[in-house]
Amino acid sequence: MPDVIKEYFRPGSLPHMWCPGCGTGIVLQSFLRAIHHLGYRRDDVAVVGGIGCSARAVSYIDFNTVHTTHGRALAFATGIKLAKPDLQVFVIMGDGDAAAIGGNHLIHSARRNIDLNVLVINNSVYGMTGGQCSPLTPTGSRTATSPYGSLERQLNIVNLVAAAGGTFVARSTAYHAKLTGELIEQGVANKGFSFIEVISQCPTGFGRKNGPSDPAAMLQWQKDKAVMAEKYGKLPEEEAKGKFPIGVLFRDEAPDYTDIYLGMSSRAGRGKESGGKDND
Amino acid sequence: MASVMQMARLMQGNEAVAEAAIAAGVNFYAGYPITPSTEIAEFMARKLPLTGGVFIQMEDEISSMAAIIGASLTGAKAITATSGPGFSLMQENIGYAVMAEVPCVIINVMRLGPSTGMPTAPGQGDVMQARWGTHGDHPVIALCPSSVTESYELTVRAVNLAERFRTPVILLLDEVVAHLRERIILPAQEDIKLINRVKPAGNDSSYLPYRPIDNGIPPMSDIGGGYRHNVTGLVHDERGIPSNDPGVAGALISRLMTKVADYTGEIYMSDGYLLEDAEIAVVAYGAVARSARRAVKEARQDQIAAGLWRPVSLWPFPGKEIEELSRRVRCIIVAEMNSGQMAGEVERHAGGRCPVVSLAKVNGELIAPGEIHRRIREVYTGA
Ligand SMILES: Cc1ncc(C[n+]2csc(CCOP(=O)(O)OP(=O)(O)O)c2C)c(N)n1
Repeated sequence: MPDVIKEYFRPGSLPHMWCPGCGTGIVLQSFLRAIHHLGYRRDDVAVVGGIGCSARAVSYIDFNTVHTTHGRALAFATGIKLAKPDLQVFVIMGDGDAAAIGGNHLIHSARRNIDLNVLVINNSVYGMTGGQCSPLTPTGSRTATSPYGSLERQLNIVNLVAAAGGTFVARSTAYHAKLTGELIEQGVANKGFSFIEVISQCPTGFGRKNGPSDPAAMLQWQKDKAVMAEKYGKLPEEEAKGKFPIGVLFRDEAPDYTDIYLGMSSRAGRGKESGGKDND
Repeated sequence: MASVMQMARLMQGNEAVAEAAIAAGVNFYAGYPITPSTEIAEFMARKLPLTGGVFIQMEDEISSMAAIIGASLTGAKAITATSGPGFSLMQENIGYAVMAEVPCVIINVMRLGPSTGMPTAPGQGDVMQARWGTHGDHPVIALCPSSVTESYELTVRAVNLAERFRTPVILLLDEVVAHLRERIILPAQEDIKLINRVKPAGNDSSYLPYRPIDNGIPPMSDIGGGYRHNVTGLVHDERGIPSNDPGVAGALISRLMTKVADYTGEIYMSDGYLLEDAEIAVVAYGAVARSARRAVKEARQDQIAAGLWRPVSLWPFPGKEIEELSRRVRCIIVAEMNSGQMAGEVERHAGGRCPVVSLAKVNGELIAPGEIHRRIREVYTGA
């Protein structure tokens, strides 16, 4: 195992901004180990983040990193990937980033099946702004903006991405650090829109109000409630209650948008050379 | 070939913009359809795949702006086109491009606002949005053509200025110029002077992505070009690393302002018509300048010494020329299709040395020559 901090953190980026017990560092470690294992040249990797505690991870690591605007990481990444298809493009977002303000870009990036590798770190709240509720906050939870319990229904983000056209959809947790890395590698192998939701813990913004607030207990909760997809599918209804599936949840075959575009462009260009009509 | 290239053609302003973008080396377009700018997107959708470039219709204008920034970060010359409602949606990411110093061009074909307003009617109500639309203090370059030929020239210039200054450049057309069909002779490709962003020399271990060199601008390395670094809209140091240090923040914002302010000589553009002996100066830009020119000519036939001053670079505004004008004319009339957005700016530079009269019209109609002529006469007899 590499010392990922030594290998991949930019000199001087520590101390990081995360609270004690935050899950983002664990997920970032899984990410860096996966990249290490894949053996990419760092110059060929772009990591794009939105705005939030989770997305802030990109500023620390030694790749081509773009820390964008809240919710828009996927749209920036779309421009990067289409303009330079040889780059391996990763996108790291928080749950608010991806599902609320950036929800529309999530739908349309999945629909295009553009070859992006997306990691959503779902800590159930808006961490950076102090623990307000997000579309992924479990209904009834107390947050800074739902002091009487959140009223809204929780979005099932993996179902959304699968319905929109993503071709690799998976889930892990901060606790399942090894699984997260494996899923990232499988997602990379999928040429198309690959999406992984990683359930993480925010002891400060979520744990303190809803319990447990001890980070170890929150990790334990992830361990207890997460069930590998194959097994989850076979659980009797009673046992499945309160649990959630992890692992690869959905796969599909579809051409990647970047490939489709390049194919069209090269056909159109050839058509022009052979005397095809260029209607200007 | 050259003679074919240089044949006169009948072309619309929007089409000239799109032709010019290709000639200027634009190889990435992301946009969302909106009247009266849509012809630009449609042209690019046809043309870019043939030239090996990328066209993508995004889900909205926010993502369009984001995508062109992403593309530009990889080294592409990237543009988008929109109109008022879409321009409003782009503002946050325009500020990102300012802060992260990403060259790109935004074409905004102005229609009557606010809100959905009158989608097919001209306006010039986005002059101040172009200047101050995104939050925070920031420099801006905005150019405004009055003809089809000038739409072509200024598009090339906008792309060049974006590359030169590593900043977003806004091209403000109004609906009249965008849809006007006029005769244009396209320049031969070899006669078009292109500017490309300065890149760091290979293997420069001292390279810092946000340290300017002697042209005032930090050299820009492409994503994948070998100088991995962080790009962010947060205040950042010369390495691109976020910082909360007031010293770093103050220095960065001030450098962003001065990198344009120190080089306005390269940006300012304006022209004058019969100004030498003018007693009354009309200030107008875009399509209104065409009406103003005719009004000035007619006033001259009435023996009124009128002249026209037309800013072409609206931002930075060549205010020194107004200062100079205000010392020798009796009055300045500012004619524009908004409720006096530029009149305020002109007044500021006139500094009370002469009266500044606003001829504002906001009903979706172009200001006619007769309206300006009438105002010149009123001012002349009243003055
Ligand atoms: C346009 C815009 N609106 C609001 C904000 C304020 N803001 C910053 S981060 C954030 C939410 C972060 O939550 P999430 O995406 O879940 O990430 P986390 O911090 O929990 O990792 C918000 C609302 C912003 N930066 N920009």
